[in-house]
Amino acid sequence: MSFGAEFEQRVDALVAKYPEPKAAMLMVLWEVQKDKGWIDPESEAWVAERLGTSPAQVHGVVSFYTMYKQKPMGRHHIQVCTTLSCMLRGSDELMDHLKGKLGIGEGEVTPDGKFSLCRVECLGSCGTAPMFQLNDEYHENLTLESVDRLLDGLD
Amino acid sequence: MEKVLTRNIHKENSQSIDVYLAGGGYEGLRKAVTSMSPGDVVEAVKKSGLRGRGGAGFPTGLKWSFMPKEKTKPHYLLCNADESEPGTFKDRLLMEQDPHMMIEGCMIGAYAMQADAVFVYIRGEFVHGTKVLDKAVAEAYEKSFAGKNICGSDWSCELVVHRGAGAYICGEETALMTSLEGERGYPRVKPPFPAQAGVWGMPTTINNVETLACVPDIIVRGADWFAGIGTDERNTGPKLYCLSGHVQRPGVYEAPMGLPLKELIYDLGGGMLHADRPLKACIPGGSSVPVLRAEECDVNLDFDSLAALKTGLGSAGIMVMDSSTCMVKALLRISHFYAHESCGQCTPCREGCGWMERILQRIEDGKGLQQDIDLLKNIADNIEGRTICALGDAAAWPVQSFVTKFRDEFQAHVDEQRCTVQGAAHA
Repeated sequence: MSFGAEFEQRVDALVAKYPEPKAAMLMVLWEVQKDKGWIDPESEAWVAERLGTSPAQVHGVVSFYTMYKQKPMGRHHIQVCTTLSCMLRGSDELMDHLKGKLGIGEGEVTPDGKFSLCRVECLGSCGTAPMFQLNDEYHENLTLESVDRLLDGLD
Repeated sequence: MEKVLTRNIHKENSQSIDVYLAGGGYEGLRKAVTSMSPGDVVEAVKKSGLRGRGGAGFPTGLKWSFMPKEKTKPHYLLCNADESEPGTFKDRLLMEQDPHMMIEGCMIGAYAMQADAVFVYIRGEFVHGTKVLDKAVAEAYEKSFAGKNICGSDWSCELVVHRGAGAYICGEETALMTSLEGERGYPRVKPPFPAQAGVWGMPTTINNVETLACVPDIIVRGADWFAGIGTDERNTGPKLYCLSGHVQRPGVYEAPMGLPLKELIYDLGGGMLHADRPLKACIPGGSSVPVLRAEECDVNLDFDSLAALKTGLGSAGIMVMDSSTCMVKALLRISHFYAHESCGQCTPCREGCGWMERILQRIEDGKGLQQDIDLLKNIADNIEGRTICALGDAAAWPVQSFVTKFRDEFQAHVDEQRCTVQGAAHA
């Protein structure tokens, strides 16, 4: 498999920042996920070859960090913080509302592939709870109404 | 108090190097590099009394002095921007709103320890903060505050932003190093300490974002100025407090080290969220530190005042709980966090955290057994001090403190097989 010349250049630039190629692992995996949407076994093998390590080593890394997706998720990936500060400000009600609205449970994707929903641990947004991360963006001080407005407006 | 760490955050384009420079930015780095020896910088930071803002409160100057004075191999400074302690969101504010203050602190620290490179390890979820930092780093290179011949001197040092990918444990300093090397984030046994053999086996120092952000002003305004702020000579400087939970105005507040907790909750924070629900409990330093009962909350928020109450300032994540809070449910949520985030290396933590969570779930579900409360305490006691890193202690302390200080409530859950807290929400 090949990612193309432009991708290779990005990887080269990342590897050059570190004393050892393997140190670029997390950053290279981010690039893979950005291009593919998730990290498949083929890509793990490619990264292993490129950084001079084994596919098992790469898979060990991918499966350790929660943000690497080991399967395709929805186009709009919702990660609800449910740790203590958010819980005190209503994250359980928020989660229940989202499950009902989207018709899916935690870790699931809607049949049309539009939404996926996950419960995550503290996102460092405790002063603006409750909140969730929608793809890369934080959405804070949420109410059930503001969530409806936000999600109903997405394509 | 005059704002120090947050003095720029409300300015227009506060992230830009031009705004930072207009406010006197990078004068500290220039002064250090052009008129002070690395040893002078270390001494100034020692004299300031600055203690680490990431959780442990270790004296920063002393930590810096552990690095070898003679350079025989590369030295590294790692900026710990993996802010993940529940209840903590101050480093995010600094990085997103005023990244150059932290970068200047990084470069002064790098000069003091003669580092060849600084790696800023930022948590993966902070996508916006990463973008802001990337731009700020490029600006710093452009103006020769990073890279070759810094401030026109013959000293050079690289500055690299490295993005994590979602793992609380990587905020632990040795796990951060392992993660930076491209591995699963497993903590390492100390010794060797990072200053002896750190990342890639080289002398390394790890400092928190807020700690490094304090450094430029120590250099420009002097160690005595910094040491004059705060409770006493062991608890110095300006401090960011993260207030969350059942208060009117949660958020990050800057005040001198030693701010009274009640002043934070009732004055700065605007008081309790609901007028008819008084304070029940407060966790003063992120979810890892022991909880305080309401009657223990007449305390100043500094390292030693909180240590005297057998809790800690930690990362200054102050989580406020009112009378409607079910302590079983609150502790269950905390224990779930540690069970989820345990890296799995050490048996007491890997097995114990899950075991505690399952017992708490049982009590919460109204199926608790009479022996469960003592069992929880027993498991926590057998995790504490028996693991490679402090995550084990961090999982044990909330359990020990909740079941001891709120024993009646846990007992009532077991006796009645339900929650007896007035107004508590149970999902």
